[in-house]
Amino acid sequence: MRIALFVTCVNDTLFPGTGRAVVGLLERLGHEVVFPAGQTCCGQMHYNTGYRRAAEKLAVRFVETFADADAVVAPSGSCAAMVRDNYPRLGEGGSRLSREVAELAPRVYDLTELLVDVLGVTDVGAYYPHKVAYHPTCHGLRMLGLGDRPYRLLRNVRGLELMELPGATECCGFGGTFAVKNGDVSSAMGADKARNAVATGAEVLCAVDNSCLMHIGGTLSRQRSGMRVAHIAEILASTEKEAAHR
Amino acid sequence: MSGTFLGIPPFPDAARSAVEDSQLRHNLRKATRTIRGKRTEAVDELGADWMRLRARGKEVKDHTLRHLDHYLEELERSVQRAGGTVHWAADAEEANTIVTRLVQETGESDVVKVKSMATQEIELNQALERAGITAYETDLAELIVQLGEDLPSHILVPAIHLGRSQIREIFLEQMAEWGTPAPADLTDDPRALAEAARVHLRERFLRTRTAVSGANFAVADSGTLVVLESEGNGRMCLTLPRTLISVVGIEKIVPTWSDLEVFMQLLPRSSTGERMNPYTSTWTGVAPGDGPQEFHLVLLDNGRTDVLADTVGRQALRCIRCSACLNTCPVYERTGGHAYGSVYPGPIGAILTPQLRGMSSAADEALPYASSLCGACYEVCPVAIDIPEVLVHLREEVAEGSGHLGEKALMAGAGAVFGSPTALEAAQRAAGLAGGAVPRHLPGLAGQWTDTRDLPGLPKESFRRWWKRDGRSEG
Repeated sequence: MRIALFVTCVNDTLFPGTGRAVVGLLERLGHEVVFPAGQTCCGQMHYNTGYRRAAEKLAVRFVETFADADAVVAPSGSCAAMVRDNYPRLGEGGSRLSREVAELAPRVYDLTELLVDVLGVTDVGAYYPHKVAYHPTCHGLRMLGLGDRPYRLLRNVRGLELMELPGATECCGFGGTFAVKNGDVSSAMGADKARNAVATGAEVLCAVDNSCLMHIGGTLSRQRSGMRVAHIAEILASTEKEAAHR
Repeated sequence: MSGTFLGIPPFPDAARSAVEDSQLRHNLRKATRTIRGKRTEAVDELGADWMRLRARGKEVKDHTLRHLDHYLEELERSVQRAGGTVHWAADAEEANTIVTRLVQETGESDVVKVKSMATQEIELNQALERAGITAYETDLAELIVQLGEDLPSHILVPAIHLGRSQIREIFLEQMAEWGTPAPADLTDDPRALAEAARVHLRERFLRTRTAVSGANFAVADSGTLVVLESEGNGRMCLTLPRTLISVVGIEKIVPTWSDLEVFMQLLPRSSTGERMNPYTSTWTGVAPGDGPQEFHLVLLDNGRTDVLADTVGRQALRCIRCSACLNTCPVYERTGGHAYGSVYPGPIGAILTPQLRGMSSAADEALPYASSLCGACYEVCPVAIDIPEVLVHLREEVAEGSGHLGEKALMAGAGAVFGSPTALEAAQRAAGLAGGAVPRHLPGLAGQWTDTRDLPGLPKESFRRWWKRDGRSEG
């Protein structure tokens, strides 16, 4: 299958390794990945902070860039949810944008949805010999309804021991601009999430979103907890060959 | 006398001191988690029926709000037919004036109160006090708050921020001043505390001849008012006095008893996590020789019609004040209710307060941002209020207003960077040049991040640079 990658602005700029992992993983599974160069940002930050017009401009860019794609994958639950759940709220009813969104949005997937629902695979042939805990991010959990897809993928990774995260469904406190507009509450939530993550005894906390992981990972790092974070794509992309090279 | 929420700083500042209060954090964590667990059990046992009840609750409320003019007049006629008197109050001041006059006409200077959000919203107790009338709260938690000269911090459990040893102290220090004192050997055993309150209140119930209540529901076709409670103290107020004055928001109407049935299932399970609450009192006008012989209904607008005019925001009027959103909210759990600066705290308060008050202050403008948009509130709401949707909608109103120039500049800058891939790439390259060691602390707004969190390291090249360098397809 030919899959268009929407890498997202955060991954493009700060976490390119996640984008490379998605490419490596999908190619390993026998698919073609394309990267439409016109892409920038889905507009979630603008939308969620109240800057609707700016978000609409970015939505227009998104639908123009990906209109021809058979399937779009975003290694970010919240960016996929922005397109699927919030784009339909943008633009006046009957406008060109709303028509194009209605046409495109159902073909936009989070990575775990693409793998399980579209490509029909739960064992991606990965090898990751570590104790891992999974944090279900809010938008993946409640807007996309990812359910057990990430767990099914992780359980099939060889060498990986999946640890149960207490209070898993509670928000980590990132929340986009919430993290700086309400830094104290955000940090208090992050501290509880970090405490629960450390309590699992896992070495790695993973999720479908690097923005949440940047917040939790930044907290774990500031605490010198010794625990690290990784996007689920990087775990699913790992193989025995790569492990041998480390 | 309880104070007012005036003077509480905007949410981020008020939240800062709350987050640092370890006793408060402990009390809130314990209480919200207990209620949350009970609610989950009470809802889950209904299986798929729950979602059907929820959809029906939303439908009934939406229908009633759409035809509110019709149902309000129907309610007025029904109440009058049953021997009650109906008053219309456009705002808090008018409602307070009406209630004060009605109490003065009874010749009494004391009233007992059933727990009521509407009367707190209009600050009725303070208005009565100015007229020389003392209002005695009789709900246990409201009594604690009133005795402690404190403010309520939760819709259902107004003293949720207090632990039982703190409550014991309040009872020992304050009860005597207001009436029957607490026993000198009072312990912090919940049963002993409840008994002290019972003795203190019982004497009050027997003595007071005028009561003020709100209502959870008002049934239009029969003119019946409904209060759900746990303690039976409300029922004392609703049956013993001679005069009863009920202040009810205009959005509390349901058309018929069969509509009420839906909410009788939704509300107890959502609020206290019970299949059924211990006491449900209903009253229809006046019944000769039984209960209050004079009944007044004050229908309160106080901003509700304005909320109804907002096609996105109006869903907040479906709220049945169950508090499930407060109990599940990760922000509320860490700040408590006072930080929201309103009688309506938590997620529902963050959308209801600024709408009712007309987004009239910096505190109002901060409330829609008091959320990480995690969506847990929407998930548990028994009438399916899409709270995150309304929060974002209200944020748009704030962003379109004057002020917030720094943020507007940042957002415009980000808009320009994301305006084209060339601009984004240039920004990425500039960041790469600055790369290398990441600072531990940044000034200004960014300091809100680096105060508690490390920054991620900057990569050597962006994803799109790598893609080009690798000679890959642009699709």
